[in-house]
Amino acid sequence: MNRILKLLITLAAWLVVQPALAALNIFACEPEWGALAKELAGDKASIYVAANALQDPHRIEARPSLIARARSADLVVCTGAELEIGWLPLVQAQSGNSRIQTGQPGLFEAARYVVTLEVPQRFDRAQGDVHPAGNPHVHLDPRNIEKIATALAERMAQLDPGEAAQYRSHATAFLERWQQATERWEKTGAPLKGMAIVVYHKNLSYLSNWLGLREVGSLEPKPGLPPTASHLSELLANLARNPAKVVVRAAYNDPRASEWLSERARIPALMLPFTVGGSDKAQDLFGLFDDTLMRLLAVAK
Amino acid sequence: MFNRNLIAAAIALAFSGAAQGQDGELAKIREEIRQVKEGYERRIDALEKRLAEAEAKAGKAEASAAKAETTAAASQGRTASDNAFNPAISLILQGTYASTSQDPNTFRITGFVPSGGEVGPPKRSFGLAETELTFSANIDPYFRGVAIAALTPENEVEVEEAYFQTLALPRGFTLKGGRFFSGIGYQNEIHQHAWDFQDAPLPYKAFLGGRLRQDGVQLRWIAPTELFMELGAELSSGDQFPGSDRNKNGVGGSSIFGHLGGDIGRSTAWRTGLSYLRASPQGRGYEDVDSLGGTVANSFTGKARLWVADAILKWAPNGNASYTNFKLQGEYFRLKQDGTLTYDDSGGSNAFGAVNDYFNANQSGWYAQGVWQFMPRWRAGYRYDTLRYGTVGNGIVNNGLGPVSADFPLLASHNPSRNTLMFDWSPTEFSRLRLQYASDQSRLGATDNQVFVQYIYSLGAHGGHKF
Repeated sequence: MNRILKLLITLAAWLVVQPALAALNIFACEPEWGALAKELAGDKASIYVAANALQDPHRIEARPSLIARARSADLVVCTGAELEIGWLPLVQAQSGNSRIQTGQPGLFEAARYVVTLEVPQRFDRAQGDVHPAGNPHVHLDPRNIEKIATALAERMAQLDPGEAAQYRSHATAFLERWQQATERWEKTGAPLKGMAIVVYHKNLSYLSNWLGLREVGSLEPKPGLPPTASHLSELLANLARNPAKVVVRAAYNDPRASEWLSERARIPALMLPFTVGGSDKAQDLFGLFDDTLMRLLAVAK
Repeated sequence: MFNRNLIAAAIALAFSGAAQGQDGELAKIREEIRQVKEGYERRIDALEKRLAEAEAKAGKAEASAAKAETTAAASQGRTASDNAFNPAISLILQGTYASTSQDPNTFRITGFVPSGGEVGPPKRSFGLAETELTFSANIDPYFRGVAIAALTPENEVEVEEAYFQTLALPRGFTLKGGRFFSGIGYQNEIHQHAWDFQDAPLPYKAFLGGRLRQDGVQLRWIAPTELFMELGAELSSGDQFPGSDRNKNGVGGSSIFGHLGGDIGRSTAWRTGLSYLRASPQGRGYEDVDSLGGTVANSFTGKARLWVADAILKWAPNGNASYTNFKLQGEYFRLKQDGTLTYDDSGGSNAFGAVNDYFNANQSGWYAQGVWQFMPRWRAGYRYDTLRYGTVGNGIVNNGLGPVSADFPLLASHNPSRNTLMFDWSPTEFSRLRLQYASDQSRLGATDNQVFVQYIYSLGAHGGHKF
């Protein structure tokens, strides 16, 4: 009886007492937001990233580890624009965490703070896997990162007022470095203007828009459909008339289709990290853009 | 004379005059320069002021442009109309072409009390399967609602699920109420159109009537740990197999379950669990045929206890399931039933009338399946399921009340098993075509060779799939 009582008391205490927390528990849906949260929060937050750079962000499942981490999250930083629609609503519903439900300040959707490109005129799945709110891969334009960083720092300050001054000062320092870096990137990236590229999936639109690249084709016949032999042959024929300089893929894309095209069209196949962690040099947001530009400039010659 | 001095003086005078003139000129020039300088300075001042004002205006313009951008960005998703709050609606279209060597109408799982659900194979030739209509939306900051209606090919509307779920309970609790698939096991909560095979595994057919759907409440708790730990408890009317419709106050059935889950490295995710279900069927009836060929109405009243252990493992290189991935899943069931069985042949041969005695059964079963996506869009799967007859004590037979074992053909000793192989092609996540072969030994003494071709399409809102 005594032992059972002790066990029950320990159990009750364990259930009732909150586990030791960092100031803010952040759940980032993609690595780019984890990296941004780290820049803004420093060591004031514990950050968990749901996906890694080698995973296709469209194919993530609501697996148990995500539900467990979302359970304790104070802030979920996601892209929104339906990029996470296949798994985030399930994680929210199963997490038992009232703070991260839709409409709560604990859910931060980055795409709300930028102007999205490629908003479709018609919402029809015959066009492929199109997102009604526009292209969700918003992180590859440093000007978007700037807007999102400002909003994210404010949200962190709102959720953790005790450390608000820290978040704001980190944000100011980050934005200063970021603006300088952006100027530097724009200067070094000037020769890339007008360069014609073939993409794998329509996930580089913001990068192309910023650098002035011209996307002349994509390996996927429509967004979300894997490259098919017939489409690749058609693309090859188009490239004969409308040549491209390079065929680009993200780190998580299968290299075979781009290698096939690269061989036949006699243009280099380039892998871009796409997000933080996608290559050795892209270990934070600055490295991501440094490496992306360096790789593009290497083939631009 | 006149000359040098005069000339000198004249020159001197001229110079001085010039000098004076120069002085005058100089002064004038200096004055001019000063005026010009002042003029330029004034103009520069004015220009600087204008520049400053212009910069300020530009700054304000930038700020308002940024604000306009964010408002534009924020309002991109909004539509102003009464339909703005419509729930997410999706429709699942399914159908089969079936070819079976045995008559689907004679399907039974010999050795096990019939569970009464739709557990037989689909009818032969072309046949529409259930069309599912799903509505879901957040009701308010506290609740979410989901309703799934199945339009059956027999032109009936069935409520598959209709429940509310809380959004705002503290400390990791979620309460669900209404009609919903029980959280026991692994596959029970997964909708048929998301299954990897056309039909349910044999243990689900024998012990849960296909799958357990109950009217009641469910409370779930997720532990605030890095390892996924979930505990759940359900209270229900207990009117589904292994329970029955009771017409009694209070709780008819209950269950508790727990799951653990996590990741192994970047490539593997797993989940395992243990569940326990209790029901108290009252007059749970099924029909059988006695040794004379007459119909018998059997009815069981007593207790039923079901244990389920489940495990699933999913692997994909670097966690990227787009190109190749593998899924391994298995569940083990044990059902114990204890109570009274009533045998009533008054509607048939009327050899014994209605007799009753004790009935207990301790039976089990398990299945294991693996599905491998070997290239984008293509998957192959194999499943083995088997049931163990275990021990069945039939007091009516053992105590010599009249009926003998041959009068309970459905409870004849038999260990059903089945092998299933499937291939499916999914051009996108919204469409799927499947070919399935099975060698089904559920019936005693007869093997059913089944070939199914199945299509599954989903349109409308994108429903996320459970792990």
